[in-house]
Amino acid sequence: MLVIFIAIIASALRLATPLIFAALGSVFTERSGVVNIALEGIMIMGAFFAILAMEFVSNPWIAVLVAMIVGAITALLLGFLAINLKANQVVAGTAINILAGSLTAFLLEMVWHRSGQTDTVANALTKNPETLAFLEKIPVLGSLFSGLTPFVYLAIIFSGVSYYVMYKTPFGLRIRAVGEHPRAADTVGVNVYRVRHICVLISGALAGLAGASLSLGTVNMFREGMVSGKGFIAIAAAIFGKWHPLGAFAACLFFGLTEAIQIQAASLGLGWIPSEFLQMLPYIATVLALAGLVGRAVAPAASGEPYEKGHR
Amino acid sequence: MSKKIISLLLVAMMVMAMFAGCSKPAAEPATEPAAEPAAEATTEDATAEEAPAEDTAKVDMVMGMITDTGGLGDQSFNDSGWMGLERLEAEYGIERKVLESESADDYGPNLTSFAEAEVDIVYGVGFLFNESMAAAAAQFPNQKFAIIDSVVEADNVASITFAENEGSFLVGVIAGMTTETNKVGFIGGMKFPLIEKFEYGFKAGVKAANPDAEVISNYADSFEDAAKGKEIATVQHQQGADVIFHAAGGVGIGLIQAAEEQGFWAIGVDQDQSHISPERVLCSMIKRVDEGVYQVGQSVIDGNFEGGVHLFSIANEGVGYSDNAGNLTEEQVAAAEKWKAAIATGAFVVPQTEAEFNAFEVPEI
Repeated sequence: MLVIFIAIIASALRLATPLIFAALGSVFTERSGVVNIALEGIMIMGAFFAILAMEFVSNPWIAVLVAMIVGAITALLLGFLAINLKANQVVAGTAINILAGSLTAFLLEMVWHRSGQTDTVANALTKNPETLAFLEKIPVLGSLFSGLTPFVYLAIIFSGVSYYVMYKTPFGLRIRAVGEHPRAADTVGVNVYRVRHICVLISGALAGLAGASLSLGTVNMFREGMVSGKGFIAIAAAIFGKWHPLGAFAACLFFGLTEAIQIQAASLGLGWIPSEFLQMLPYIATVLALAGLVGRAVAPAASGEPYEKGHR
Repeated sequence: MSKKIISLLLVAMMVMAMFAGCSKPAAEPATEPAAEPAAEATTEDATAEEAPAEDTAKVDMVMGMITDTGGLGDQSFNDSGWMGLERLEAEYGIERKVLESESADDYGPNLTSFAEAEVDIVYGVGFLFNESMAAAAAQFPNQKFAIIDSVVEADNVASITFAENEGSFLVGVIAGMTTETNKVGFIGGMKFPLIEKFEYGFKAGVKAANPDAEVISNYADSFEDAAKGKEIATVQHQQGADVIFHAAGGVGIGLIQAAEEQGFWAIGVDQDQSHISPERVLCSMIKRVDEGVYQVGQSVIDGNFEGGVHLFSIANEGVGYSDNAGNLTEEQVAAAEKWKAAIATGAFVVPQTEAEFNAFEVPEI
């Protein structure tokens, strides 16, 4: 039983990792007042460019960096449309999602001369990093660590850092102020546009990282459709986590856990539960959270609202 | 003022994105994306390739194919269907055209545009075409249609179906012989009758070769989520499975990746997937969509096209197994061939549903 338990925890952590990065990104933008529907598209970009970068460099971490930069650039487009031009944020995000899917499909055909999927890359980041190999020697828990990828540790670290930035630094206070009441923040001298731009860039970089954790950290290749809605699930996780970095982290773990249990259902003696039921559990929880049944989830007041300077 | 600019910009972006998807079909992909599969095809069909060109008179026909959302380059049934048309092109000089569907909403319009262009036959690749093709067939009664993996009851629709259970049975036999832990795994995409044919055919094959072996079966509820495929494969391997078969499209990429990292056997599906990992893909269950497309296309050329169900099974080379990487032992090949011959002669029926599997008794061959 203990073995199965550890296997489920490891599964849950691996399945939650891409969600965690993207959900943290969602927390940052929504807290600053921008709804980032484009997370899905940015993840696709990140996943693709991480693999593309591996064509030119041998160090996978450089590829991860490239994915984050491409993610940030894609997000910059959203920021420009949503913040400067005050476009409808959902429409702008949706446009980027469609663009990302088509652009990567196009580039895939240009570079690899076929569509569908890329070649596999060597030395990806799918194994427990060697510097942490000592963790595998811990009795019982060792088997847990041996199954984790570097991205899992990164996700945990990033959650902590995000919490610190959001709640323990002046910058975090500004983010929350801008998201709740941009005019008040503006009045006391906070540059609303700049704060929002920085948050959108952060979310882009995180979503790019999320994409890299899927392609480079899981299957060593990019395949069209591999993100399969995880960007949207991450948005749901951010809501379920009440727009709090640690809440979002916990929500992603919960989502990962239900998926892991669904896979292990038979060995847990839960084979009689339809897998579809376990699969919809996280979303029911999200809806309940929004409806105020599982603790009230209150969105940042100015989320989704473009801010117009000097407009009354 | 600025609002106008934004809306213009957004509209432009959406339109561009749409074009990136929909306009592709036009003409060039006809040559480009097929380049890869074509190279594979030529080695196989080298003999067929040499003969045609000069001596056969060119058939002045246009055959259209509409992919499902997987699109060309899926290295699965869309590509396979396209290869079937490529053979027709090489042997008879027909002209082939393709329209790729970005989403399920494109099926209807794509069918209509081919029907209005009056191509000689329109292929819809995938059972998802079922409803839109039934509608199109009623709307264009003189247009010939063909659908893969599904049955549309109309006189002008040829329904190309496959005995997936028979091909899966053969790889099941191989898996049953290969496993050392007496546990093998099956990963399905979504649980519906078509995928269950794979599951129960496979289970029957395992049972035939190794009555003691247990089959662990999971469904991913997706055909795309490779990460989940890897996770399921990892779990099945931890539970003791050392040979895992998938019928789950892109999800199977995760399985093959897990097999490579953790050192167990994966069995590919639809096409030979050993090129992804020659050391870890034991063999592949083959579904010759190209053969189905080819034979129905041939009937159009010969003028004896018939609607109704065209079943492609082991008996007419429609399904089977392949081992391009050469991982199978002689013993395994001999056993697979023995069962193959028995199925081809109709010595017994391979189960395709849970009920049939439960009633299945391994025959003496």
